Amino acid sequence: MASTDTTAKDPGDLAGLEAGLDALETVHSGRRPLRQTLTEKVLPPVVAVALVLAVWQALVSFEIVDDPTKLPAPGAVWDVVRQAWLEGELLGYIWTSVSRGLLGFFFALLIGTPLGLLVARVKFVRAAIGPILSGLQSLPSVAWVPPAVIWLGLNNQMMYAVILLGAVPSIANGLVSGVDQVPPLFLRAGRTLGATGIRGTWHIVLPAALPGYVAGLKQGWAFSWRSLMAAEIIASFPDLGVGLGQLLENGRNASDMAMVFEAILLILTVGIAIDLLVFSPLERWVLRSRGLLVKG
Amino acid sequence: MATTLAKAADGIEAVTHAARIAHVSKSFAGPAGQQLVLDDISIDVAPGEFVTLLGASGCGKSTLLNLVAGLDRPTAGTITTDGRPALMFQEHALFPWLTAGKNIELALKLRGVAKSERRDRAEELLELVRLKGAYGKRVHELSGGMRQRVAMARALAQESKLLLMDEPFAALDAITRDVLHDELTRIWRETQLSVLFVTHNVREAVRLAQRVVLLSSRPGRIAREWTVGIPHPRRIEDTAVAELSVEITEELRGEIRRHGQH
Repeated sequence: MASTDTTAKDPGDLAGLEAGLDALETVHSGRRPLRQTLTEKVLPPVVAVALVLAVWQALVSFEIVDDPTKLPAPGAVWDVVRQAWLEGELLGYIWTSVSRGLLGFFFALLIGTPLGLLVARVKFVRAAIGPILSGLQSLPSVAWVPPAVIWLGLNNQMMYAVILLGAVPSIANGLVSGVDQVPPLFLRAGRTLGATGIRGTWHIVLPAALPGYVAGLKQGWAFSWRSLMAAEIIASFPDLGVGLGQLLENGRNASDMAMVFEAILLILTVGIAIDLLVFSPLERWVLRSRGLLVKG
Repeated sequence: MATTLAKAADGIEAVTHAARIAHVSKSFAGPAGQQLVLDDISIDVAPGEFVTLLGASGCGKSTLLNLVAGLDRPTAGTITTDGRPALMFQEHALFPWLTAGKNIELALKLRGVAKSERRDRAEELLELVRLKGAYGKRVHELSGGMRQRVAMARALAQESKLLLMDEPFAALDAITRDVLHDELTRIWRETQLSVLFVTHNVREAVRLAQRVVLLSSRPGRIAREWTVGIPHPRRIEDTAVAELSVEITEELRGEIRRHGQH
């Protein structure tokens, strides 16, 4: 195949051309500098919180709300938190609730994941329980507390049951929508590579569905935490140990508004902290590794 | 190299081929009843042969490729291939949760290559498509041309005797596409693969193929075939390539015009 009427090219020519094209078209994605992160991501929420505290303090200082049983001063709430810390009870409240919440969430994960996969992949199962599963998401989980108390009594099992009923639909639905959004091209590509049946599910469908699944986990945690607080408030019982929900209920019974505020702030803080420390980094990692996270 | 398949029923004596498409028809259920997409297509691809399927929209060329890939079944006729063919799409279809190297390794793994060999083999394949050092790169970090080359390496990892390509360079810019034509020609000649390449680009078809098959549209039928004797290396701007392209384009335009007449 000697070339007669064509220009001869040495192979190095093509390699050089290609290297040039690659260099020209490659996008370099670097990490954001620390300073930019501070000013763009950290500063705004700090300012917002400071503003809320300032307004709160102003309401009390200028006696716009002149009734500590309705609105305690920020300092008073802080004193209650400090007191609980000094008495060594603060971490106990938090741990009682967080350990329940995380353990319940873990069980919800074990049940919701196979359930979601089954609904996503088996037509009959989807037709049978798919609508019920997504309908359950709109049922407030506090509605499960009375039946759970009747079935299981006032104990930890009851709490876990309520968490499961709240979180399992979220986790399963997240996985279902993740699977539904897998581009058909990936499935075709997988099939031509020989990934069919279980291997197709393991190597193609599950990793492709991961972003939707993680979004479901995030929502599942929010539901777990809310369900648990509802259960703790309604079903407070001294033998169960004092969690954040019981703390709130105790504050109400004692008409101690500072304690009520303490409990609300702790519930909020723990919910946000778990999301910021566990689920948001997980979600960012999944999206960034796929180039799905737009910078800025 | 290729297995010998005797098709006694068709009265054809034993022939070696990488793919045999024999009297294949395909219809889909449409709004106006059954719609015939492919009508009695017969194409043999010899071992090591490079065939392009050329046609306008609606000629069913992608449908035909799906049939050969085994992703769909023909309504009539038979398709035999020598092993499972590899398939490259217009979109790179690389998995974004894996690095370039791991994409190739997944193909190796699914083919049953031992774990200890996969890494080396993947590096070799990346070197073949001149992407040495791209092993750990994520798909979104690669340019369009690089992605298609990784996709090519992944397809080659299947070690199929037949590579099916469904307009793999259509979404690339002209310069990159031209370079990838050279790459594909080089790799085809080095590996002695059989290639069945679908395109609507006449110049591309002539530049790459040993044989160009023109399909008519609605339904897809074989309109004409050309053997391309232009020696390699070819350039897109070669006179010989241009002359044959003009001839084929005329024929293609004639096929398209027929659809406007009724």
